[in-house]
Parts: sequence; structure tokens; C-alpha cells
Amino acid sequence: MRTRVADRDGALAWIFLMPSVVYILALVGVPFVLAVGLAFSDVTSGDPSFDFVGVDNFRSIFDDPVFWQSLGNTFLFTAISMLLIVVLGKIVANILVADFRGKWVVRFLVLLPWTTPATLGAVAWLWLLDSIYSPIDWVLRQLGFLAEAGNGSNMYWLGEPALAMASVIAVHVWRLTPLAAVIMMAGLVAIPKDMDEAARMDGAGYWRRMFEVTIPMTMPVIAVSALFGAIFTFTDMAVVDVLTNGGPNNATQVLTSWAFFRGIDGGDVGQGAAIALFLFPLLLAAAIAILRAVRRLEVR
Amino acid sequence: MAIVEVAQLVKEFDSGKVRAIDGVSLATNEGEYLVLLGPSGCGKTTLLRTIAGLEQPTSGDVLINGQVVTALPPRARQIAMVFQSYALYPHKTVRGNIVFPLRAAKMAPAERERKTTWAAELLGIGHLLDRKPRQLSGGEKQRVALARALVRDPQVFLLDEPLSNLDAKLRASARDELKRFQQEVATTTIYVTHDQVEAMGLGDRIAVLNNGTVRQVGPPTEVYDDPADTFVATFIGSPPMNLVPNDGKLVGFRPEHLLPASVVGADALQVKLAVDRMEYLSGDRHLYGTATGAGEKSRVIARLPATVTSEVHAGETYDFAINRNRLRYFDASTGLRTQP
Repeated sequence: MRTRVADRDGALAWIFLMPSVVYILALVGVPFVLAVGLAFSDVTSGDPSFDFVGVDNFRSIFDDPVFWQSLGNTFLFTAISMLLIVVLGKIVANILVADFRGKWVVRFLVLLPWTTPATLGAVAWLWLLDSIYSPIDWVLRQLGFLAEAGNGSNMYWLGEPALAMASVIAVHVWRLTPLAAVIMMAGLVAIPKDMDEAARMDGAGYWRRMFEVTIPMTMPVIAVSALFGAIFTFTDMAVVDVLTNGGPNNATQVLTSWAFFRGIDGGDVGQGAAIALFLFPLLLAAAIAILRAVRRLEVR
Repeated sequence: MAIVEVAQLVKEFDSGKVRAIDGVSLATNEGEYLVLLGPSGCGKTTLLRTIAGLEQPTSGDVLINGQVVTALPPRARQIAMVFQSYALYPHKTVRGNIVFPLRAAKMAPAERERKTTWAAELLGIGHLLDRKPRQLSGGEKQRVALARALVRDPQVFLLDEPLSNLDAKLRASARDELKRFQQEVATTTIYVTHDQVEAMGLGDRIAVLNNGTVRQVGPPTEVYDDPADTFVATFIGSPPMNLVPNDGKLVGFRPEHLLPASVVGADALQVKLAVDRMEYLSGDRHLYGTATGAGEKSRVIARLPATVTSEVHAGETYDFAINRNRLRYFDASTGLRTQP
């Protein structure tokens, strides 16, 4: 009998790993190295020749107040979004695991935002948040919270700086909550049924079981989904780009959208790369910190 | 201390397709150690969970001290339960585990501390209070689970196969500890097991269950010596009771009562035993063979204690006998006890 490829674990490992290694190298590794190079160059879309300029790009982006505004917005956007996503995701996860009549309808509705194509969702939200025809305004008006139409009594969801940020956060939360909920649901399902029953026998009510048994035991999963969500939120500009384009007056500008406008729309590739790279050490630190926390929290 | 009672209890699963408990009526005595014994799937754990309030019965009632508690949630029943897996909270220390029911009962911190120390000392786990469950051995986990159950003075203890996760050696000493512990706190205890050794060793009374019904309730000696039917007769005892068909009846006798004719008294049923195999187990000799004379020719097992020294060899036939007052008769069609 000859040994076949299927018998040689070492060779098999390489064969199976190769596609992802090639993928990561080509689509993550090369662009990353390229970005590092570009961040220290004077490359623009008009003049693609590479000249090393040291930290000039960083110096000029740090001199730009919009950069600092974007940085602040990024943190605000991420922090509030993640807080809401984790809390709502947890609540939705509890609904998903609950056993009741018609649960599949609820599950379907909950997962709908995640399955809706981003563009379709964006169109719907643009209409919901329209400066003149917003149905949200109409509802508020019917309930008596808003004055009669006209005379500038509309909310201008995407026009007022604070409202625009709130809208961007709301849409982002709407988009990510189902995913967070599904991840946390997996965590909930993994808790042995005994735990909840033991707590019930010990006389604990719903909230005590929730905060002292269920949540601590799903903490590693919550932390992982928060890490995933935070990094995704940090590096995502889709909602900002579709809803506000960073406006009004950079009120919703985040680092990724600012890097894009600077580097691609504005043509200053060097500065765009520098802005984008500014995030990298931050995200790396966040990833390491949360993964370490998860390992400490690991209960089994 | 309390009397737990179930009345005409029925529990169906899958909208009536499976009947896990089929009309069980049973009551404990005050401070009694009642063991629910039966093969897997007989409904004993479902019965325990229904008493605990973790399952709602399809019909029938659960009573504690004469009060119907069927509709009450577990927390209102003053019952403590030890799970097969122990179900210790893995993220809490031993102290956190033990104090949890007291915090749920909103006890004052000083009192909580006192009770926790008391329970931990009673079970000899005082030195483990700051450890996490994953740092404990199986026996220690069991004691923590017991302490957690004990600490709030429940009216009733429910134990669901608490020894099944321990290795054989530890199981014997843990069984002894459980018994002493229950005698010390004198709380009514209902104990579920499929292990007859545990049941015989621990129970004040044993309720033998099969297919969701109670076959017999009685002290270990009674269940062993006077089984109510052939199920109890063959489920309890290792090796099980011999059953020999004889004219529409079954003649039953325990292997240890089938002895060489020379050591049995005068009033005995004489049989011929053709021995074909012999096992030597912890001092006893187990003889496998075919008996003639008690009824139809049947396969039987005889157990000779170490005190019986007669020579026996496989492949030969011997004169054996059974003391007549050791014979039990069962109806061949229903399996129930009858007169000779």
C-alpha cells in the first residue's frame, strides 16, 4: 500500500492553509505594507512618483483640526454604538432563545436587518431621515411633539450636527445588533441548563439569574462580540458615507471617512494613508487588551 | 422538616406522546431518607424535578406539609436540590456559591457569613472557600453543592444521582458521608439513583419505579426480601432473583438461598443443579447452571458465601436445596406476588 496525500497530515495542512495564506498576503499583507510605505511618501494621484518625506504627512494631518474632530467623532461613534449594540444584542439574544408561540416570526424580524442588502437599508434610512418627507417627523407631529409643517419645524435629522451623529449611530446599531445577538445567542445556548435551574432552586429571581449567572457565564462571548463590533465600527465608513458624507460641517466625520476623502477623493494618497494608519496601533492595542481580558474571564 | 407528598401525579411530554410519570402517589415521612430507584428512563428524575418545581405536572398535585405547592415556583417551595452535575457557578468562588442562596433570600451580611462558615465547617470545606469550582476535585465539588443546598435550612433536600460523577472508590466514602450528613441535619431527603447499592445503603425506604409507576415502596429489607412483583425481584439484587416457571406461577428465590443440600435445613425444596460455570467474586462463589426440581428446567444462579466450603466443580451435578420460607411466588402472567 502506498501512502496517499490524505494520509500525510503535514502536506494536507499546507494544502488547506494555502488559499487563506495567499488571500491574506494578497489582500491584507501587501496593501498594509503599501500603506505604510505611502504614509511616508509624497505620492498624490497627480504625481504617483515615490519620494520619501519622513513624517511630513503625519505632521500636516496633526495640524489639521478636522483630523482631531474626526478622531473624537470616531471614539464617540464607536463607544455609543458598541454600548447600544451590546445591550440591545443581549436583549435580542434573550428573545431569540426564549420559547414562545410564534417565535420564528420574531426571529425572522430580528435577523432581517442583517440580511437586508446595505444599499437597500441605506435607501430606506435616507427616506426615514429625509429633511422634508421624514416619516419620523410625521409621527412626532401626529403625537404633538413637533409644530405644524413648514416654518422650519422639521427635525433635519441629517442636517443638525448632534442629530446627524445620533442618526448615524442609530443606523449603525440597527445594522450590527442582529449579528451581535446571534453571537450572544450562541453563548447563551452553550450555558448548561443546570446552571439556570440551580439558580432557580437557590431562590434567585429573573434579574439575579440574569446578572449573576447568565451574564458572567456569557462574558467571554460578549467580550469577543464587542471586540469584533468595535473594530468593525472603528474601521467602517459605510453608514457615514451613505447618510451624511461626513457632514454637516464634518460633524459626523470619522477617521476612516476622513482618510478616504483625503486620500482618494482629495488625491493626497500619502496623507490618506497616514490617517488610516493612525488607527492601526490603536486597534492592535484594543484587540490585544480584549483578548487578554477574555482569557482571564474564561471560566472553564 | 417536612412531609413531601405527590398525589395522582401525571407528567406527559410531547403533548401526550410520552408519559414520563403515570399516576404516582407517594409520601415521605418526617425527616425520612426516601430513595427513588429505577432503571434509566423510568421517570424518577422527572418526578424529582416535578417536586422541585422545575417541571409542571400534566395533572395531579405536589404537597409539602399538606399544602398544595403545584403552582408555586421553586423559590417559594423551600426546597434545595443537588444536581447530578453539581451545577456549581463556575465564575464564583466556593464562598460565592454557598452564599448565593442566602443573598437571594436577602439575608443580612453578618448572618450570611455565619451560616456560610457553619455549612462549610459541617462539610469540611472551610479551607476551600476562596477557590473556584474548577480547582476542586469531584468529591469536593459534591460537598460544595451540598453546602449550597444546606445553607438556607431547606424543608426538603432533593438529590439527583449526586454520586454518579465520582469514581468507584470515592463513591463508597461519599455515600457514607451523605448518610451521616443527613442524619446530622435530619432533613427530609429524596434521593434519585439507578444504583441499587446506593439505594439499599442510604434509604430509610426505597420506592422502586418502572415505566413511570411506583412498583413498590418499603424499607430496603422489605424490597429485597419481599418484592411486590417480578420487576422489583429482578431489578434489585445482584445477581437477581431466580425465577423458575411452575404451573402458571413463577417460583422465585435469591441466589444466596440456593445452597448445597447439606447446609440447608429439613424443610427445604430439593433441586438438582447442573453447574456449568463458576465465578469467584469477593469471597463468594457464583454458580451458573441449570436447576431441575423447582419447576420447569431453568437457568439459575447460586451464590455460595465463603462460609460454605463444599467442593463444587463446573460440569457436574449436585444436590442443592432452598429453604421453603425463602421461596416467593409470582403470577406468571401479571408478575405480581401470589400465594404458593
